[in-house]
Parts: sequence; C-alpha cells; structure tokens
Amino acid sequence: MSNGTKYWTWHMAAGVVLLILLGLHMIIMHMGGTLHLFSPTGPDAVSIANSQWRDSKICFTITYILLLGVGLYHGLYGLRTILLELTLKPAVEKAVTLLLTLTGLALFVLGSWAAWAAHTIAGGRA
Amino acid sequence: MAELKVNFHVTRYNPEKDPKPYIQTYSVAVNDGMTVLDGLHWIKENLDPTLVWRYSCRMGICGSCGMLINGTPTLACNTQILHLSQTDITVGPLPNFEIIRDLVPDLLSMFEKHAAVHPNIIRPEAELTDRTGEFYQSPEELEAYLQFTYCIKCGCCMGACPTLATDVRYLGPMPLTALQRYNADSRDEGFKVRAQVASADGGAFRCHYAGECSRVCPKGVDPGKAIQLLKRKLVLDYLHLANRKKPCPKLEGPGHGKLLPNMTAPPRTIPE
Amino acid sequence: MAAITRHNNRLGVWGWLGGGRWGIERYAYILHRLTGLGILLYLLMHTVVTSLRVRNIYLWTEGGFFHQPIFRLGEFCVVAAFAFHAFNGIRLVLVELGFAVGKPIEPIYPYKTSVGVQRPLLIAVMVLALLFLLVGAYNFLGLAR
Ligand code: HEM
Ligand code: SF4
Ligand code: SF4
Ligand code: FES
Repeated sequence: MSNGTKYWTWHMAAGVVLLILLGLHMIIMHMGGTLHLFSPTGPDAVSIANSQWRDSKICFTITYILLLGVGLYHGLYGLRTILLELTLKPAVEKAVTLLLTLTGLALFVLGSWAAWAAHTIAGGRA
Repeated sequence: MAELKVNFHVTRYNPEKDPKPYIQTYSVAVNDGMTVLDGLHWIKENLDPTLVWRYSCRMGICGSCGMLINGTPTLACNTQILHLSQTDITVGPLPNFEIIRDLVPDLLSMFEKHAAVHPNIIRPEAELTDRTGEFYQSPEELEAYLQFTYCIKCGCCMGACPTLATDVRYLGPMPLTALQRYNADSRDEGFKVRAQVASADGGAFRCHYAGECSRVCPKGVDPGKAIQLLKRKLVLDYLHLANRKKPCPKLEGPGHGKLLPNMTAPPRTIPE
Repeated sequence: MAAITRHNNRLGVWGWLGGGRWGIERYAYILHRLTGLGILLYLLMHTVVTSLRVRNIYLWTEGGFFHQPIFRLGEFCVVAAFAFHAFNGIRLVLVELGFAVGKPIEPIYPYKTSVGVQRPLLIAVMVLALLFLLVGAYNFLGLAR
C-alpha cells in the first residue's frame, strides 16, 4: 500500500494528542489568572520564576519534547498537504517534502536540546 | 400565471474566436414550471441559435446538463427557474473542468479518474464467468453500497469541490464514491487494489470534508459520506483493525442459501 | 484548421474560499486551514524564542521584545486560532474517520445527507470553542487579576 494512509493516520493521531497536550499548555499559559495551575510563584504564568519551576520538573520537560515533536509533525504534514494541492511540478513537490522534513528535524533537535538544558539549569536532576 | 421576463446571464465562450469567456444576458419569457434547461431552449429558438450546451434526457437521469446555476453546480433540467428568482439568474459551465464551448465542460478528466478506481467487481475470473450460480447478497449487504450506485456521473460534485479548484490530480468525489461503492460491495475482493489508488497522492486524503459535494449532488448520493467511510476503512486496515470478512459466497443452485421471508414493497414516496 | 484552445475553468486558490452560496462546512474548512497555518507559523517561532531561555534570554517577560502590546495581542490571536482549530479538529477527526456521517441510506427526496448528520456536532464544538475563547479573553484583558 502506498504510504498515504500511514502518514494521514498519524496526522489524525497527532491531532488527538495535541488536543490534550496543547489544551493543557494553553490553559496553563493563558488562563493562569483564573486557574492558577502549575504556577506556584505568582499569578503571571509566564514569569521567569514560573518558567524555571516548570523546567525543573522532568514531567514538564518530557511533555515539552513530546508536544514539540507531535506539533511539528502535525503542522508540517498539514502544510505539505496544502502545498501539494496546488498542483506543483514533481521536482518542486520533492523539494517541498525535503525542506519541510529538514525544518521539522532541525527545530525538533533545537527545542529538545533546549528543553533538556533548561531542565538541567533549573536544577532538575537528570 | 402571468408570463414573467427573467434575465439569464449566460457564460459564452467560443474557443475559435474568444480569448476568454464572457457573460451575455438574455431576457427569457418564463412560465410556471419551466426549468433552466427549458429557458436555454427558449433562448436558442427565439434569440440566439449559437448558444451551446449539453443535455439528453431532460429528466435528471443522464447526467449531461450539470451547470453552475446561480453559483451552485446542479442539473439544468432539474431546476425550476421561478424557484430561484423572478428576475435574474446566472448560468455558467461547471467549474474545475476545461470549457469546450459556452456551457459545455470537458468531462473526460473525470471519466478517466473514474476508470482508474477499478469501478467493477473484482473476483477470480473463473467465479465471474461461471454461470451456474449467483452470488448471495443479503438486503443489509446491499444497503451498504446501494446509495452510492445512484450516481449519474453528472460532475456537479466535481464542480463544487474546493480541492479540485487547485489540484489536478485529485480523483474527486464522483470517482472516490464509485471506489467506495465497489469496496462496500460484499461480492467484491478488490480492496487491496483500490487501496493503492485511494491512498496515493490524489486519493481520499485530499478530501477535507467541506461537504460541498454532498450538498450539491442532485441524486442524494452523498459523496462526502462515501469518502469518509472509505478513509475509515483505509485507516482501520492500516492499523489491522478492519474486520476482514470473506466476500459473499456463490450459491450452488436453487434452494441453496437463505430464502427471504415474505417481501412487501416499500411504502410509496409520492401520494397516490 | 486553427488549433482549438480550451478555457481552463479551474477556480484556483480563490475556489477554496468559495462564494456566498456555500455551506458553513466550507467556511469551517477554510478557517481550519488558515488557523492551522497560523498556529504552525507561531510554533516555528515559538520554538526558537523559548529555546533562548537556555541562554537566559526571556523575550516574553516584562521589558522583553515580545512583551509589547502588539505581540500580546498576536498571542491572543494564536489562542483564538487554537480554540477554533482544536474544537473543529475534534469534529473533523470524528467525521473523517467515519464516526459522524451516518450509514448509507436510500436517497429519497428531499435528500438527507451526512452534512446534516454532523451539523449538530459542528454547532456543539463551535459553542465549546467560543466558551474557551471567552475564558481566554477574560484572562487576556487582565480581568482575572
Ligand atoms: C489542538 C489539537 C489539534 C487538533 C485536534 C487538530 C486537528 C486537525 C485535523 C483533524 C486536521 C485535518 C484536517 C483535514 O485533513 O481535513 C488538521 C489539519 C491541520 N492542522 Fe491541526 N489540529 C490540532 C492542532 C494543530 C496545531 C498545533 C497546528 C500547528 C502547528 C496544526 C496545524 C494544522 C495544519 C497546517 C493543518 C492542515 C490544514 C488543511 O489541510 O487544511 N494543528 N488538524
Ligand atoms: S455523486 Fe452526485 S453530483 Fe457527483 S457525479 Fe454522481 S450524481 Fe453527480
Ligand atoms: S467533502 Fe471532500 S470531496 Fe466533497 S467537496 Fe468536500 S473536499 Fe471535495
Ligand atoms: S438532461 Fe439528463 S440529467 Fe439533465
């Protein structure tokens, strides 16, 4: 079978995972004033102190990496879908796929490294 | 009812003369019950014999007269003028196809895509040609695909689909519905072959359920439903969750297989 | 004989938007695209910006470059885009996996289609998205503090 079904199935699955993880992320970051979740050092959820508190918790570090990977896959696959519906030349389509894959990998490496480094700096033990 | 004058704003295009299509307006004498197709005939007889369109059955069966009427792809023979407007209507060729002339789209691309989805029962040759027995199919098994057989290949759904507005490769609602019609047929064994076509780049995953095809289909075929059911089957099959039923058996002769209980005709859908 | 030319009548990208005669699922589709692209763009930037915290650069806090009102507003737009995309996404997952389109039926005029079957779901998720957005706006406007 061609790979279309495979990639699309994971695109859908990624959507469901994002719904949960990104939903929590949004609630924590943007509804801090109402809900005060995971922000022990004050009502501003994105203050340096609160950020560092979360970075020190390994479960946050792991979900950040997961969220990043899943989000990049879902979003970049979606972008590829849109671009491929424009009837591009086959060579351009190949280039699009390659470029998006590389972008995704590069950002994933950067973000995961940063999440891990932030965890170490914030005093979390590996 | 008094006769009304309705303005028909018709798209004209003659490939030998016109660099691009333009709109020509005709004032049409309309009586109660006249269809858009009747209106076009009236124009041809009374005002302009050069106007060209395609039709055949004038009763919603042949699928020839699909057009963009007041911005909606639909059958000219199945649309009453006065149901749309007392004053102005627009009539154009179906979008997302090349225009051959005036209101005539080139549907060949659609028919080629239709042929590509293997729209036929796939079974071992010997079983198909052996005439000693029939395939046994229950009424429930029939219902799993019956709706999708009512398609008349008019292309209205193709004119409505946003993906087809840009994607030349996308098979489109009509061919994918035909694909699902055979996939859902209990006599068929061709899922694997068709899955190749359906999961390729121009296949079922180019559909994003904008729902337009289902909304415009003049035969209630609901292509959007067929495509989502197709995707479901593809995904379940990929995850090894699909229940793999054997295709229905061939009956060996009279009396073999299940006999139906006393059957009655369904209730009438129009008053006596 | 002159070569016969044909007019290509494909609607192009504007055809994605459709005209005024299309149903609300068409608009949901186009909004889903736009919000998806918007969130993706944000995610790409967000990854870089937040990674800088390792170098002790916190651009989004008091005095940081992204603390300016225009970026705060932009962030709220991302929350709004997320609200639509996520809740509409629930509907799309259910519909596109064939859970919310109904079974094949006998087409009897006036036709009932899958569009009508999933319509209540569309309305429900939009109400939820709106609620989410209202709570977000309440926080954004600082009313919670
Ligand atoms: C919060 C949970 C999310 C859910 C439930 C979700 C769900 C979906 C679904 C079901 C689709 C497929 C639409 C289709 O094929 O018709 C989709 C497409 C898409 N999503 Fe998401 N998504 C979510 C988050 C995101 C995020 C965070 C991004 C950006 C990084 C994103 C970017 C996109 C893009 C660019 C598309 C392609 C749109 C298109 O093809 O029209 N989504 N999403
Ligand atoms: S599915 Fe409906 S609109 Fe599409 S070709 Fe068949 S009859 Fe016409
Ligand atoms: S439901 Fe799918 S096939 Fe039908 S018009 Fe929408 S995108 Fe096209
Ligand atoms: S003329 Fe046959 S469907 Fe309209």
